[in-house]
Amino acid sequence: MADLEILSREDFSEVTYLLEVRHPLMAKAARPGQFVIVMLHDHGERIPLTIADFDRERGSITLVIQAVGKTTREMQQQCKVGTSLFAMVGPMGIPSPTTKAKKVVCVGGGLGVAPIYPQAKGFKQSGAYVIAVLGFRTRALVFWEKKFREVCDELILCTNDGSVGIKGLVTDGVQQALARHADIDEVVAIGPPVMMRACADATRARKIKTIVSVNPIMVDGTGMCGGCRVKVGEQVKFACVDGPDFDGHLVDFDDLMSRLRRYTSVEKAAEERWTASCRMSQQLGPSALDALTSGKAPQSELLELPDPFSETLGG
Amino acid sequence: MGKKQTIRTIPQERTPMRELAPDVRVKNFLEVACGYSLDEALRESERCLQCPDEPCIAGCPVNIDIPGFIEKLGLNNLRGAYDILTDTNLLPSVCGRVCPQESQCEAVCTVGDTLAPVAIGRLERFVGDTALREGWVNLPHIERNRFRVGIVGSGPAGMACAADMAKAGCDVTVYEAFHEPGGVLKYGIPDFRLPNTVIDAEIANLRKLGVKFECNTLVGRLFTIEQMLDELGFHAVFVGVGAGYPTMLGIPGDSLNGVLSANELLTRCNLMRAKEFPSFDTPLPIGKRIAVVGAGNTAMDAMRVSLRLGAEKVHCIYRRSRAEAPAREEEVHHAEQEGVEFHWLTSPVAILDDGRGGVRAMRCQRMELGSPDESGRRRPVPVQGSEFDFETDLVVYAIGTNANPIMGQTSGLRLNKRGYIATDENLATSIAGVFAGGDIVTGAATVIQAMGAGRKAARSMQDYLHIRDIERPYRDADAGPLGSFLGMDTRERNFTRLRAI
Repeated sequence: MADLEILSREDFSEVTYLLEVRHPLMAKAARPGQFVIVMLHDHGERIPLTIADFDRERGSITLVIQAVGKTTREMQQQCKVGTSLFAMVGPMGIPSPTTKAKKVVCVGGGLGVAPIYPQAKGFKQSGAYVIAVLGFRTRALVFWEKKFREVCDELILCTNDGSVGIKGLVTDGVQQALARHADIDEVVAIGPPVMMRACADATRARKIKTIVSVNPIMVDGTGMCGGCRVKVGEQVKFACVDGPDFDGHLVDFDDLMSRLRRYTSVEKAAEERWTASCRMSQQLGPSALDALTSGKAPQSELLELPDPFSETLGG
Repeated sequence: MGKKQTIRTIPQERTPMRELAPDVRVKNFLEVACGYSLDEALRESERCLQCPDEPCIAGCPVNIDIPGFIEKLGLNNLRGAYDILTDTNLLPSVCGRVCPQESQCEAVCTVGDTLAPVAIGRLERFVGDTALREGWVNLPHIERNRFRVGIVGSGPAGMACAADMAKAGCDVTVYEAFHEPGGVLKYGIPDFRLPNTVIDAEIANLRKLGVKFECNTLVGRLFTIEQMLDELGFHAVFVGVGAGYPTMLGIPGDSLNGVLSANELLTRCNLMRAKEFPSFDTPLPIGKRIAVVGAGNTAMDAMRVSLRLGAEKVHCIYRRSRAEAPAREEEVHHAEQEGVEFHWLTSPVAILDDGRGGVRAMRCQRMELGSPDESGRRRPVPVQGSEFDFETDLVVYAIGTNANPIMGQTSGLRLNKRGYIATDENLATSIAGVFAGGDIVTGAATVIQAMGAGRKAARSMQDYLHIRDIERPYRDADAGPLGSFLGMDTRERNFTRLRAI
């Protein structure tokens, strides 16, 4: 099938990077709201990533990734232009319908800024009035502003420090949009669970349809393992095949956040071990890697990483 | 063998198969059952009476010529035995291990009327393993035709269908969503029951037939079934995607982090090789005290995997009694030997949390058996006031699966009420040229049943494509005397002698 070559790469910040991966068939099939599962190498884990963009002419899928764990940091280090991923399967999940709404707010914060782009583009292409609300930590971390402006009628930037746009959370931006427009018929929010919950809360009183895109822990992404189950109202849904989009007013976010923490301790350990092995190989050369597996990994000062669970803004 | 054996002259005892000792094997993933030696296989083959009515053949879902291969084996003609086996069965090493012979061929064995039946499965495995070791492959002469066949799913149904269609001369491509082919044989059945090396060897044999495998391909989403026919140039498609969608109990506490499906546990361990974490990246922290709900083969696999991953104590919770347990007797026996504790007539009511999103205990109630239900098994009825708390930190649900929804979501295939693909008796679906078989049609069943379905679908597909097998008698109602020429159907486009690898 596709050779999964990395066609281009862009680094937005110390932890956020973009990979454009060749997969012509998938570029043809992809729709807004879908995701892929990626493996970096044959010993790797399968990680779900929302499609940030797709280019049918170039035959490519764009992923924007935050280095928050072992695999995503390893990808940050190893995925150079011209190298290839071991596996990328998709597009998975039910595409988001972007044809009905006439006026919509697309909210992206943290991990969610890039994945909200295909939805904004999709709504625009079907003729909707699109307001994008994007949250960043500070001006220096802002990316894709121009790209968003091309597909949006309004763009509201929010930063923690007020260095650009309004100072505050994306929910402040949502409130602003809601105040200005009385006829918004849909809000789509992608980002950390706390942010998506805040957005759902903001629209609840006015009963505006609010769609959130959840990204829980998955193995296969084809409905087989049940690891990605989400409580939606009274029902249990599998994000991979029943979602990943759900009604934000019905999703049980406490449950979602609790389930995201499922492997926190082992993941942390794996990441520390990996960090340690990287240092060792830098200092001593690759032969030192063998020595490492037997001994205890030295303590590492980890990068200051954004906590994907508590963050409301991101960057 | 020489002279004719009778029930009095054959070895009276079934030849036992050596196994790793329980205390040794629970510490590793090595195969538990060691297989027969040549002497053992020859001795067991003498127990076959070569009886004329051959009930075992009818008892086999793919109708292997069982007396035929055992006769050759008894003459120490292993290659001959292998040739006969592979005439009908693509994967003797796999089937010899995972088929429930005790309810199929061995259940109807004539010897079994008086003594223990011939160990057909063990003999099949012996022949299959010998072939793998010796590198034997029976590559038939394949007369290529112009047809392209797409197979969705690389599990047992897809593999069986792929083999038959490749032998019929078609250009066959198998699509798999995972990064490795094999389906449930790879992600589900653990190494100690079916080593991955065996599956890989069988897949390599398929490749030798010209079958192509495309992994990382989620059919339905990357392209649809309709696109396979209309755009990708396939003349026929077989859908064998399995059931897979795990059932949760629907009791309070289901979504706690210490609750997972057996599918997830097994996939993490077998396919993603979490057992080798951290050398492989996928984690699978196992609890100290594990409760597995269910008593089917998957439950047994989940329990035995948990023991090998270092669980201190593994419990089986099942609402009926041992007699109703759907697992093979051998599997229950192995699990017992390895120290699994069985709690029959016990049903979970709720999972209790530890205040941190994990599991502290499971609330259970005792059951008693009432009158038979529609499955013919006695229905378990709760005993009033029998609730008790059972301490556990990891709960695994192995209570069955439902139909995977992707095919229904993405194609016009007609589904039945339960969400499985609707087919006619020839496994044809509502879309012309598309056939389906295995768990996605019948609901969860066995490996050999799925393979049987794959082969049946292949026959229907050959009829659909007008590929004719000269060894198969055809009766074509509308051909009539005018439609045939010298007894040959003029519409037959291709005459091929089809033989297994």
